[in-house]
Amino acid sequence: MQSFRFLAVGGALSLSFASVGAMADSPASFLERFNAEARNAGEGPGNAARGQKFFNQTHGNEWKCATCHGAVPTGKGEHTVTHKIIDSMAPALNPQRFTDAAKVDKWFRRNCKDVLTRECTAREKADVMAWLISLK
Amino acid sequence: MTNAAFSRCVGLALLACALPELASVVHAQAPASIKDTPASFTAECSSCHLAYAPFLTGQANWRGIMAGLDKHYGVDASLDSKTQREISTWLLANAASSASLAAASPDFRITRSEWFVRKHYWSASIWKRASIKSASNCAACHSGAARSDFDAGSVRVPK
Repeated sequence: MQSFRFLAVGGALSLSFASVGAMADSPASFLERFNAEARNAGEGPGNAARGQKFFNQTHGNEWKCATCHGAVPTGKGEHTVTHKIIDSMAPALNPQRFTDAAKVDKWFRRNCKDVLTRECTAREKADVMAWLISLK
Repeated sequence: MTNAAFSRCVGLALLACALPELASVVHAQAPASIKDTPASFTAECSSCHLAYAPFLTGQANWRGIMAGLDKHYGVDASLDSKTQREISTWLLANAASSASLAAASPDFRITRSEWFVRKHYWSASIWKRASIKSASNCAACHSGAARSDFDAGSVRVPK
């Protein structure tokens, strides 16, 4: 039996990690940014209790944030369509989270559209950030 | 086929025997010519699933997939325009060219391609196993899937 292998692609596909974003990006800096944006929109700062509630309720569609990330995202979640394991969203347990603005903005944009059919407001993002930061 | 290979196929209850043809078809795409894989392809496409190699389907299907990323099989997978262009260009340059692999498929899905369905004809109930869950989970049975190695001899179907 011949052995069919596709090493050419394999080599090229070996994991490549995107460079970490600007040094200033951190969970605290995102909370600060979302708080500032919320304030500009005339809304209060992020609230962890509100963030937890937001994360665990549906918003007119089938999915909630918790559908893929788990009710309390200190543990691993699972993508509801592909079943890929999703690492913890809590920065205390996963220091890679919230360190790259492009990535954070991309995933808030996509996932909010999946869950709410719109982008999240600054206050909603501030609420979720406040909650995630509080998780230990 | 050598005795060893034959025994291996028997050991797998003939499941793997169904696959060498796929390997030969895919191999015919000369993946050795695939190079310069953009980091964005790996980073973006493997966020939610295996980053499917470009030679697994043709240009028409890739065009359809890349044009609908905001509604990517029920999920918003939209990209910024620079990344979208970079990945699209590379996928199209390395897409399958054989009629068998490149044929249009429903929803542009690789897993609904005629060749894919034919090669996995035995597996309809197997996809549902908790250890597999989805036809898109190539790595459940193809241990080399992450490096686009679909060698039939290394297929191990989990319980």
